[in-house]
Amino acid sequence: MASEPHPKAGTRREEPNHALRFGLIWIVSSLIATPLVVLLLGPIMPPGNGSEQASGHVTDNTVLIGMATPVLLLVLTYLIYAIVNFRQARGAVLEGPAIHGNARVQTTWIVITSTLVLALAAYGTVRLLEDGAGAGAGPNPVAVPSGPKLPVQVIAQEWMFTYRYPTYGGVETPHLVLPNNQMIELHVTSLDVIHSFWAYQLGVKADANPNTDNIVFVKPTKLENFSVRCAELCGIWHGYMSDTGRVVTPAAFKVWIKEQQRQFTPVQKYLPKYSTKYIPEPLRRGE
Amino acid sequence: MSATAEAQFSPVPGRSPLWRRLLGFNLLTAVILGVAGYYLGWFIGHQFTGHSFEFQTKTDENDVALLLGYFFGVIGFLIGLGFANYPVSRFLGRPASLREKEHEGIGRYFGLCTDHKVVGIQYLVGIGVFFFIAGLNAMLIRVELLKPTPTAIGPNQYLSLVGMHGTMMMGMMTSGILGPFGNYFVPIMIGARRMAFPRIEALTFWLLMAAGFILTSTIFFGGFPTGWTGYEPLNEQAVMGMDSYICFFALVGVSMCLLGLNMIATIIAHRAPGMTWSRLPIFVWSVFATAILMVLAAPMLIGALLMAALDRTINTSFFTVASGGSPYLFENLFWFFGHPEVYVLALPGFGIVLELLPVFTRKPLWGYRLAIAGMLGVTLMSFFVWQHHLFVSGINADLRPFYMLSTEIISIPTGFIFLCVMGTLWKARTSFSVPMLFCLGWTFNFLIGGLSGVFLSDTPSDTDTHGSFFVMAHFHYTIMGGLIFTFFAAIYFWVPKMFGLRLNERLSKVHFWSLFIAFNSTFMPLFVLGMKGMPRRVSTYAPNLQGLNDWVSISAFVIGLSMLVFLFNVIYSLIVVRKPAEANPWRSKGLEWQVPTPVPVNNFETIPVIDKDPYEYGSAPIGHGGAEPLPAGG
Repeated sequence: MASEPHPKAGTRREEPNHALRFGLIWIVSSLIATPLVVLLLGPIMPPGNGSEQASGHVTDNTVLIGMATPVLLLVLTYLIYAIVNFRQARGAVLEGPAIHGNARVQTTWIVITSTLVLALAAYGTVRLLEDGAGAGAGPNPVAVPSGPKLPVQVIAQEWMFTYRYPTYGGVETPHLVLPNNQMIELHVTSLDVIHSFWAYQLGVKADANPNTDNIVFVKPTKLENFSVRCAELCGIWHGYMSDTGRVVTPAAFKVWIKEQQRQFTPVQKYLPKYSTKYIPEPLRRGE
Repeated sequence: MSATAEAQFSPVPGRSPLWRRLLGFNLLTAVILGVAGYYLGWFIGHQFTGHSFEFQTKTDENDVALLLGYFFGVIGFLIGLGFANYPVSRFLGRPASLREKEHEGIGRYFGLCTDHKVVGIQYLVGIGVFFFIAGLNAMLIRVELLKPTPTAIGPNQYLSLVGMHGTMMMGMMTSGILGPFGNYFVPIMIGARRMAFPRIEALTFWLLMAAGFILTSTIFFGGFPTGWTGYEPLNEQAVMGMDSYICFFALVGVSMCLLGLNMIATIIAHRAPGMTWSRLPIFVWSVFATAILMVLAAPMLIGALLMAALDRTINTSFFTVASGGSPYLFENLFWFFGHPEVYVLALPGFGIVLELLPVFTRKPLWGYRLAIAGMLGVTLMSFFVWQHHLFVSGINADLRPFYMLSTEIISIPTGFIFLCVMGTLWKARTSFSVPMLFCLGWTFNFLIGGLSGVFLSDTPSDTDTHGSFFVMAHFHYTIMGGLIFTFFAAIYFWVPKMFGLRLNERLSKVHFWSLFIAFNSTFMPLFVLGMKGMPRRVSTYAPNLQGLNDWVSISAFVIGLSMLVFLFNVIYSLIVVRKPAEANPWRSKGLEWQVPTPVPVNNFETIPVIDKDPYEYGSAPIGHGGAEPLPAGG
């Protein structure tokens, strides 16, 4: 015990119970910081509540940051504690205690970290399989939301996006307008190199690959403009490949799509027939 | 130096004839033959004709000629350095020299030298040069991002800068710790006189230098637009500068693979008597784990790039959609290499931190076996996570839960390393010398890097952050905060051994604090920028993000200044002042500090017998320095 006389531990006798002290510091700071982080940072986590999927991401990000906070604090407070308390006195050349390890601490650590990461993986899987979470899910998605869906094709090419509405005669337009509160089935494809369709406020990201139909589901819930950017390096004007989409009421959407059909039907005969993917011409320089 | 040991290993006595010494196999001959080889390849390439090559005459671009030029150039360069001498001599039945240039003066640093210590210093300087070039590219990138609209640097040059910065850092710094410190110290730490394959050791260095030169030459051929990933089909669309990227990375792959092979063979076969696996210094373990990754991952890269080169030159269609190819193939192959590659960058850092902590805390390494388990666990798991780079690509979407799980699992062995760091600091007698400061800096940086990785490994959350500045901040925290900080820790720790000279303490501290603060001030806001929706690799961005971007740019310039402080310190301390260092300034018990400085050509007069654990701190009586002579015998 601490008061026991020991010939070699003369300076150690008044040493406090470091494990207890540090444990208290960590638990108290985590108990204070974690709710603060969740309550203050949670609501401002990306990408907002522009769609069901986006709101889901906000929840996911809040859960993750809530779980990360105590872990961050554990290592951080420990580092500070160790730097403050476990120092070599100036000019001294003392040796530390010869501790080679501690089986109990190691086992506890392994069990806790394993539980934590398995829980995170399970949580992520459940969230992903609910509705696809706005991530590009390839040509045959596993998680398909029930109910009617409006298919919209996103065609990426160097360096712009165009959109086709197959249920409206496959009309192709340079504008993306989506009806509110309706499940949208986006078919993302490319005509040349790899792009990535990123509708920030909707929480949607899906790579556009040539000759590939990358499906993603999204249900907008907010009447707003959303920004569309290319998120995969696609050549010299990649940084300029952006766009603004709109979420409108279903009635306004009907009016808008009529107008698009009127405007673009005359040129539609020059376009290829609507298809889920298009085989691009071979890329050969100089041709 | 020991005269007896030298005489024992000297090649045939007597000097070569005059013409032989003038012509020599030196850097000058190598450069001349390299240039000649380049023009030979260029000439041969232009002799190819036929339907498949018509496009080249139309565009005035000839990928065949450039790739052949690089190929023959590298061959010429290596022959000029003398890499063909040994096989040719053996082929002709002549006695071949087993050792090259080991006893020459300063000249041994400028040619093929089989002394692992010379190769280590060659690596340190050679890689350092390219590290500064790539860092300069980063400075230019941040200049462009000062304003949301294009400034002096146009979008084309901007992409080339991004590509060169990323590719050069990833390629050259792959060997950032294994090259200089692995080559220099692994044989000494395991009680060996040399590496298993000294000639291959020298080859890895000179291949890397040739590669670095080739990548830099991309500016003469229009640069490349793909970034370091080189995704198809953008790769195929790009101008001739792309061939520099392909050739560079393929050569780096060859160099990595050989370096790894050499390390594995050395560590398995050249350990001193008594140096059992459980007595191996933890740094050697990390080198071993890294070497396994290098040997297994690099061939995948070389293969993928060979396919890309064939697609670009003789119109094969591995990645051409119209002819049945798939860009997914390249993504898959690239990341099967690419993900182990990032652990190739991280693992040696783990080793350095765990190797240095016991010295500065005066305690044994806490949880030695757990640390090894962590490193080997990371090594194994890193081959099962690569598709987390492709979460939104639409490839194998059904497998995403598996990759999510494997990616989360890899944080368990990484956590072991943190536990070992924390355990070693427990009740320690820490002295905060500069190498220790860098190790503590690593702990903070890698913690942030690791925790931000949790967001990226979670598919729903990754949908927001994929391809954004968030990813960029994440991997700079793990690579720059992980690898570069430990790289500097190793420099400050081992320079007194490598050069026998002392670095200025005050300047070193200025370097650490300015780097640590500026680094965090640069990359922390990038997480916010990524979450606000700024994609990577863009030269334009939303005007409302300008404030943060300016903050980041200015902090990045402070990083640049901090690197200049380091450079000044090196030149000032090692060239101007030249203050001799103590024999063992850190009172380390490592084997590398027990040999004399400068280390004799054969390291040990008699091979030591190891009879204790590597980290016998704490248990020894107070004041026990550790600079005693080695036990005699062999």
